[in-house]
Amino acid sequence: MNTAATLEMNNATVVFGSGAMRHTVLDRVSLLVRPGEFVSLIGPSGCGKSTVLNVFAGFVRCAAGTATLDSRAITGPGPDRSVVFQQYSLFPWLNVQRNVEYGLRALGVSRRVRRAKALRLLEHAGLAQYADRYPDQLSGGMKQRVGIIRAFATDPRVLLMDEPFSALDAQTRSTMQQLLTNIWEEHRISVLFVTHDIEEAVFLSDRVFVMSAAPGRVLRELSVALPRPRDADLVDTAAFLEHVHEIRVLVRREGLVGIGESPAGATHGEDLPEELELERVLRALVRRERLAGIGESPVGATHAAISSYAQP
Amino acid sequence: MKNQTDLTAVLGPDLPSTLTSRAATRYSVLRDRARRLFWALVTTALSLGLFLLVWYIATLYRVELYVRFTNIPTPGAVFDAFLVQIQVPAFQSHIVNSVRRIAIGFGMAVMVAVPLGLAIGRYERFRALVYPAIDVLRPIPAIAWVPMSIMLWPTNETSICFITFLGAFYPILVNTVGGVSAIDAVYLRAARTLGASEMFLLRTVVLPAALPHIFTGATVGIGVAWVSLIAAEMISGQFGIGYFTWEAYSLVQYADIALGMATIGLFGFLSSEIVRRAGDLVMPWFAFRVQERH
Repeated sequence: MNTAATLEMNNATVVFGSGAMRHTVLDRVSLLVRPGEFVSLIGPSGCGKSTVLNVFAGFVRCAAGTATLDSRAITGPGPDRSVVFQQYSLFPWLNVQRNVEYGLRALGVSRRVRRAKALRLLEHAGLAQYADRYPDQLSGGMKQRVGIIRAFATDPRVLLMDEPFSALDAQTRSTMQQLLTNIWEEHRISVLFVTHDIEEAVFLSDRVFVMSAAPGRVLRELSVALPRPRDADLVDTAAFLEHVHEIRVLVRREGLVGIGESPAGATHGEDLPEELELERVLRALVRRERLAGIGESPVGATHAAISSYAQP
Repeated sequence: MKNQTDLTAVLGPDLPSTLTSRAATRYSVLRDRARRLFWALVTTALSLGLFLLVWYIATLYRVELYVRFTNIPTPGAVFDAFLVQIQVPAFQSHIVNSVRRIAIGFGMAVMVAVPLGLAIGRYERFRALVYPAIDVLRPIPAIAWVPMSIMLWPTNETSICFITFLGAFYPILVNTVGGVSAIDAVYLRAARTLGASEMFLLRTVVLPAALPHIFTGATVGIGVAWVSLIAAEMISGQFGIGYFTWEAYSLVQYADIALGMATIGLFGFLSSEIVRRAGDLVMPWFAFRVQERH
C-alpha cells in the first residue's frame, strides 16, 4: 500500500475558450488536501468544482498557479490518482472482474496476481458473485461500487471523486456513503470529493471547501469536527446538524443557488434551533421505527413530517 | 394416465407435487421458446411457399403483363438444373472461386479499414491528412473501378479481389471512424487515470468501444462486397458464380441463370450470417446493452 499523498492547489487559474468565448472558470483557487485527509468541495453547479478535480486528475491545465501532488507538478493523468466519475464509467465490454483488474493490467501486473487481487477486493465488498456479470447487468449502485473498487485496485495515493453518488436514489446514496466511509477509514488515503449535497459533504469529510460561481473561487474552508468511525446515526446528532446548518446559512447568505438541490436545502426558510431539534427527533423516530422509504430524500421526508407536525 | 407415467419416468417420481416453481418457470420458458421457434418456422415456410407458388403460376401460364414470364424457367426446371450442376466440377469451382474472392477481399478490407479507421478517428492530424483523399474516392462505385483495376493489378484474379475489397472497404472504414468519434470520453479518461498507455488504450478501450459500429460496417460491407464481386465477375471473370450466371445468359441456359442467382443469394445470406454470429461472439456484452435500451 502506497502512503497517502498531499494534494495542493496554489492560486490556480483555469481559463476555457478563447477570444470572445474566453472565460475564467477558476480564479486563483487555493486548497490543500493533507495526507490521509477526506476533503469535500461543495458549490453550486457551474462553479468549477469539477474543474478543480480535473486539474488534479491531469485532464485540465492551469493558466496560472500550480497544482501539485507531493510538491511535484501534475502534468497528466496517472494511476497514483484514481478517479471515480459521476457517470458510470465501467467499461461495458469487460465483466466486473476484468473492470477491477484493468488498472493492474495497464501496469503490467501478471494475470494471476491481478485476478487474485480483484477477487479479494470484490469479496470484501460483497460483490464476488457478480464477478462474471457485465456492467449493463448491474444496478446503478452496484456499478458505482465496482467503480470505487476499481479505483482502489491500483493502490492510488489519492482518490478523486466527482459527484459519484448524484445519479443514485437517496436510499442507495446513503448506503454508498456509509460504504465509502468504511473503506476510507480502513485505507486512509487522501480523498478529494466533489458534491453539491451539503449533508453528504459533512457526513464524509474532515474538511469542506465551499466554492462560489462565475468565476469559481474558494469562499470558505470549514473543519468537520465529528468523531470517527461514522455511521448513519451521526446524521441525527445535533453536532452534525449544526455543521450542515452552518454551511446552509453560508450558502444562503452568499446566494449560492443550486447547492443542496434536495428540497430541504432550497425551501427551508430558517433553520431555527427548535426546528433543528425537531428534525433530529423525527429523524431518529423514523429510523427507529424502520420506516424505510419514507419520502425520496431523507431530508425531504423529515421536512414533510415537520410540516404535517406543525399543522395539527 | 399413460401420459402421467411417462412424465414421472422422465422428471422424477414425485411429479408434479415437488415440481419447484423454479423448474416450472424454466419449463414454461422453454415451452414458450419452442412455441415461438415453431411459429417462426411455419411462417417462414409459408412465406417461401407463397413466393414459389406465385413464381410457379406465373411461369406455368407464361404470364405477360408488361413483365414477361415467357422465357422464365419454372421452379421445377431450376431445381432440375441444380441437380445437374451440383455434380459438375466446373459449377463447384465457380462457387469455390467466388467464396475465396469474398474471403480475401472482405478479409483484407477488415484488416485495412479497421486500423485505418481507428487511427483516423483518434488522431486529428492523421485524419486531416488522409481522410480527404479517401473521401474523394468514396462516391466512385466499386464496379466503376473494373477497367482501372485490370490495368493496376498484374492478374485478373487480383483485380477482382481488389474490386471486392473496395466494396467492403468504405462501409467498414466510415463506420469505424464514426464508432471512434462516438466513444464516450469518460471511458478514455477512466482508462488514462488507471494508467493506460496510448497503445494499451487503443487496444482495450478504443477498439472494443468501436466494435458495435465496426460490425455494423462489416454487415453492410459484406453485402456490398458481394454486389461488387458479382459485377466484376460478370465483366472480367473467368470463374465465379457471377461469371456462371452471365455465361448462362450468353448460352441461353435460362434455368442456370436462376440457379446462379439463387446460389448468390444463398451464399450472400450465409456470409452475412457468419458476420453477425462473429459479432455476437466477439461482443457478448452487447446483448445486455441492447436489452437495456429497449
